[in-house]
Amino acid sequence: MNHDQSFTNQEFKIVGTRPPRPDGVDKVTGRARYGADAFAPGQLVGLILRSPHAHAKIKKIDISKAEKLPGVKAVITSADLPDLTKGDRGQLDILENCMARGRALYDGHAVAAVAAVDAETARKALQLIKVDYQVLPHVTDVDEAMKDNAPIVQPHIRTVGVNPAPTKASNVSQRTEFGHGDVEAGFKRADVIVERSYKTEQTHQGYIEPHACLASVGPDGQGELWVTTQGHFTFRNQCASLLGMDVAKLKVTSSEIGGGFGGKTHVWMEPVALALSRKANRPVKVVMTRDEVFRATGPTCSTSIDVKIGATKDGRITAALATLRYQDGAFPSIWGMLGGMTSFACYDLENVKAIAYDVLVNRPKVAAYRAPSAPMAAFAVESTIDQVAAEIGWDPVDFRIKNAAKEGTRASYGPTYGPIGIGPTLLAAKNHPHMKAPLRKNQGRGMACGFWFNFGGQTCTDLNIGVDGTVSLTVGTVDVGGSRASLSLIAAEELGIPYEKVKCTVADTASLGHNDTTEGSRGTFSSGMATIYAARDAIRVLKERAAKTWEIDVADVTWRNGRAMALKAEHGNLNELTLEELAAASPRTGGPIAGHNEVVADGAGVSFATHICDIEVDPETGHTKVIRYTVIQDAGKAIHPDYVEGQFQGAAAQGIGWALNEEYIYGKDGRLQNPGFLDYRIPVCSDLPFIDTQILEIPNPGHPYGVRGVGETSIVPPLAAIANAVSNAAGVRLTHIPMSPPRILKAIKNGNGKSHAGR
Amino acid sequence: MAQGIHVATTINGDAVEYVCQPRETLLEVLRNRLGLTGAKEGCGTGDCGACSVTLDGRLVCSCLVLGAEAEGRSVTTVEGLSTNGNLHPLQKKFIEHAALQCGICTPGFLVSAKALLDRNPDPTEEEIRYALAGNLCRCTGYDKIVRAVDAAAKELRSKA
Amino acid sequence: MQYAAPTTVKEAAGLLAKSKGSAFVLAGGTDLLVRLKSGLIEPDLVVDIKRIASMQTVTKAAGGFKIGAAVPCAVLGENAALKKAWPGVVEAANLIGSDQVQGRCTIVGNLCNASPAADSVPAMVAAGAKALVVGPKGRRTIAVEDVVVGPGKTSLKKGEVVEAITLPKPAPKTGDAYLRFIPRTEMDIAVVSAGVCLTLGPKGVVKKARVALGAVGPTVIVVPKAAAAIVGTKLDDAALAALAKACEAACKPIDDKRGTIEFRTEVAGVLARRAAKIAYERAGG
Repeated sequence: MNHDQSFTNQEFKIVGTRPPRPDGVDKVTGRARYGADAFAPGQLVGLILRSPHAHAKIKKIDISKAEKLPGVKAVITSADLPDLTKGDRGQLDILENCMARGRALYDGHAVAAVAAVDAETARKALQLIKVDYQVLPHVTDVDEAMKDNAPIVQPHIRTVGVNPAPTKASNVSQRTEFGHGDVEAGFKRADVIVERSYKTEQTHQGYIEPHACLASVGPDGQGELWVTTQGHFTFRNQCASLLGMDVAKLKVTSSEIGGGFGGKTHVWMEPVALALSRKANRPVKVVMTRDEVFRATGPTCSTSIDVKIGATKDGRITAALATLRYQDGAFPSIWGMLGGMTSFACYDLENVKAIAYDVLVNRPKVAAYRAPSAPMAAFAVESTIDQVAAEIGWDPVDFRIKNAAKEGTRASYGPTYGPIGIGPTLLAAKNHPHMKAPLRKNQGRGMACGFWFNFGGQTCTDLNIGVDGTVSLTVGTVDVGGSRASLSLIAAEELGIPYEKVKCTVADTASLGHNDTTEGSRGTFSSGMATIYAARDAIRVLKERAAKTWEIDVADVTWRNGRAMALKAEHGNLNELTLEELAAASPRTGGPIAGHNEVVADGAGVSFATHICDIEVDPETGHTKVIRYTVIQDAGKAIHPDYVEGQFQGAAAQGIGWALNEEYIYGKDGRLQNPGFLDYRIPVCSDLPFIDTQILEIPNPGHPYGVRGVGETSIVPPLAAIANAVSNAAGVRLTHIPMSPPRILKAIKNGNGKSHAGR
Repeated sequence: MAQGIHVATTINGDAVEYVCQPRETLLEVLRNRLGLTGAKEGCGTGDCGACSVTLDGRLVCSCLVLGAEAEGRSVTTVEGLSTNGNLHPLQKKFIEHAALQCGICTPGFLVSAKALLDRNPDPTEEEIRYALAGNLCRCTGYDKIVRAVDAAAKELRSKA
Repeated sequence: MQYAAPTTVKEAAGLLAKSKGSAFVLAGGTDLLVRLKSGLIEPDLVVDIKRIASMQTVTKAAGGFKIGAAVPCAVLGENAALKKAWPGVVEAANLIGSDQVQGRCTIVGNLCNASPAADSVPAMVAAGAKALVVGPKGRRTIAVEDVVVGPGKTSLKKGEVVEAITLPKPAPKTGDAYLRFIPRTEMDIAVVSAGVCLTLGPKGVVKKARVALGAVGPTVIVVPKAAAAIVGTKLDDAALAALAKACEAACKPIDDKRGTIEFRTEVAGVLARRAAKIAYERAGG
């Protein structure tokens, strides 16, 4: 059934309120079950042996002693995970990342695994596995990896996107270019040009719950997987494909998820757990340690970015150019390309060009991290924007307002914008009380903008009405931040019943059609859309049942406030039929009443944000303190404002950690030196102030309620907002993220403040 | 050679006995032997607080306590926070103030916040933040958590 | 691995002395269990000292204090008399880790773990603390700075265990302070730290001083030249500058994942200066 997805301006009764979430009690009592909270009779403990080398040939793996240890039920290597990918290189990369195939590509790369009766036996078994490595030269820095003499990570890679097509192996997997106009001509017209280079170090999503799963495969090839994931349908497809199982015969249940932010959209050890279970013929539980999470899952890229922006004195940008180098880890991907696409998305530019390189290094395979690739590009661009504004003597907010994208702007990455929120968020920032708050000694204020595309994707939803009129809403998008509450609000709104009458559940893969992963801020957007249509589908059935009960034409029945009403004066004697009454009567009127919807949710609306922050810098030590922080973001329509605020605040907090302290530190030996929460420093409670939020609602024309995805955008502005604040506080321009105290103090001591102004 | 240590202890007010290996942590015992999965392992090194419990009234990370050490002592976990099905004000305020998103850190925060309010019933915002510095949250930015603890403190003071 | 929980010091020392393989003392476990779980150590025996009555208390001794090896740092912070006499030592002890860690960690454990960045050590050294050691050959008392000989290494012999730390009675007009640099506000290991203890003579002039730096060398560094720079002064700017300079000169830091040589050297001087001012104020200056 085709549905019109366009926005209809309507008054909401329930959507937009703040009721308690349905999973709240379970989560505050410890009853909620996450990835590591499942237990099966006879389960074994699975542990993974990992390479201590950044790059090595694996000459031999001797598992014989490990296999003989009493209590060990299975030992596997890549020999137990044959290549069934039929030439699909992307799938083979995933398989190889899960278990090394003759070569270790990063410190932490899985090389073997065991399943044993308890943790101690599994631990001892790992120690008995003998791996014969031939250590090879490695490269971990993105710029070093692009040099001619760099060790090659993937010998089969030939750079795509260059002409003529190269024949030599390279660490550059692709070059992409975006933009329009003539940047050379634009620079010639500029009164002022700022050209600067920036670096950002690698960070991790840092979810508090490590990856965990309980896998059970039987000799008949059927299996079950309990796993913490952002997309159990995607995981099912991946695992079935890699293990040669039928999709329908692998049932994947998503546990409650303890944070993902993009890092749990990808399989890391789940195929290994399934392979162990298949060999041992018993359930196998694999829970990663924090060390493994940092070393062997999917952090985001480290980057090296050059930005050049030219402007005339009247405040117009005449040309903008960015060259971006992103490392994707040891397997090729598209993260550089995404950085290129997002770089200048906030602005209305006549001449713009972004050239992006995706580069391979001996580091773990990069995965999405909340608005992936955008924060780094925004750091470089928004820092430069501030410097250009300073050079021409313009206020940084006014300069951005003057050049902001608007409806009808051709975006730097291609499409033309509909109604968007960048202008409104900038205006709101300009007028926000934060802007007028007094600043004390050593404090500086900075602001920056950010953008994220948001996605729609495949969605499938069921809505079933119980005999007592309460509603089961079954969705397939994993709830990462409270979407079950929002979806219940939507169902209640559509049906016209109280929120408390709806129970939303995330179903397993056997119970629903395919749902794409909860990523790209699509959870509430797409499942919300599918919920609306499923509810309208159910209302169609309810109206038919009322018509049947009243023996009138269904065209004369309307649904309002949770009840069927007969229109037309001639039906005036018919009493309304409530949802409860129709439900109770359903066994006699045609059976269970339900609505269903499958949709590829198009029309996802882009979301913009503007942040303001005040930072205090101790000039003698470089120590930073976040004094005040404000997030202003366009949500389209805030279904449940508490959870929208929560997304703004959480994303901002991650951005703050990224800006100030978080980084992967590699030694010269290519090994990760800080794979733990002690030295990978995410913000703690005392590091942050209250984070003020302002929700703007510029409806997305592509969604019936105007919803835009909100989860990601607010991780984009903090890096530059803080860099701009530090610049104003301490008079130094930091171009290397994180702006840790040693870097800030060094900049203060060296007096490196001025930008490179040309002309 | 059997290495198991027999431990008799009290957990959430109930007498409990178990056998554990010398290397096993209290967290592993709670989760794997006693079915009390409220305490979570986020790091195993005492840096995230997701495994917080109290031991003889002291807030500790159960991942850094050996199961054997609980002998004769008293342990409370998040499962012991509500009484007779009635949520503790902290639990109620966390839900009311949307102080959780994914919820994995919530049990640890609740145990820590209770330990704070037990010794300091009227904490300032700064005192709340520093007392909770041992509990990492990656979802919320701590804003609504601090507000929820403050609200719970107010409610507890008004009932006292 | 074996676990033992003796109830007397003698028993504990005996277990350690007789152990065949590697034996470790377990107090708070906030360092030991981390090392155990990371695979850095494979203990054959762990001796839990928390059931030993004589190690569980803080007692007044000869006007000073005797702090048992099993006393958690949180308890130190709750001892009003100790806080009044040695605020620097107590604030240093209370900086270790989170509230959860504070409920378990001990200053003796912090000392004997022998990390160059241990928080309690510079303050204890500045205060002139001593360690009471019990072993198979009897008891001995040594200065705290003589317990640690290198990163992860102590001067304790097999079978020896520290029973308590003693702090002297502070002379009148004595103040001590401890400051550390960490990038966040909590939870980090000190990148560089300074403990200062000083005693004033008449007219607020510094009579005696001790300056100890942490995390800028393999063990704590006592800086007599820094102390000398402020003795005989009322902490004027020139004296403080000289103190800072002397500290910078005495540093022997390394570059590592927590800080650079440049940063540690610079900030050591800054912290020593700031700690001296706090200690001066506490002393009544």
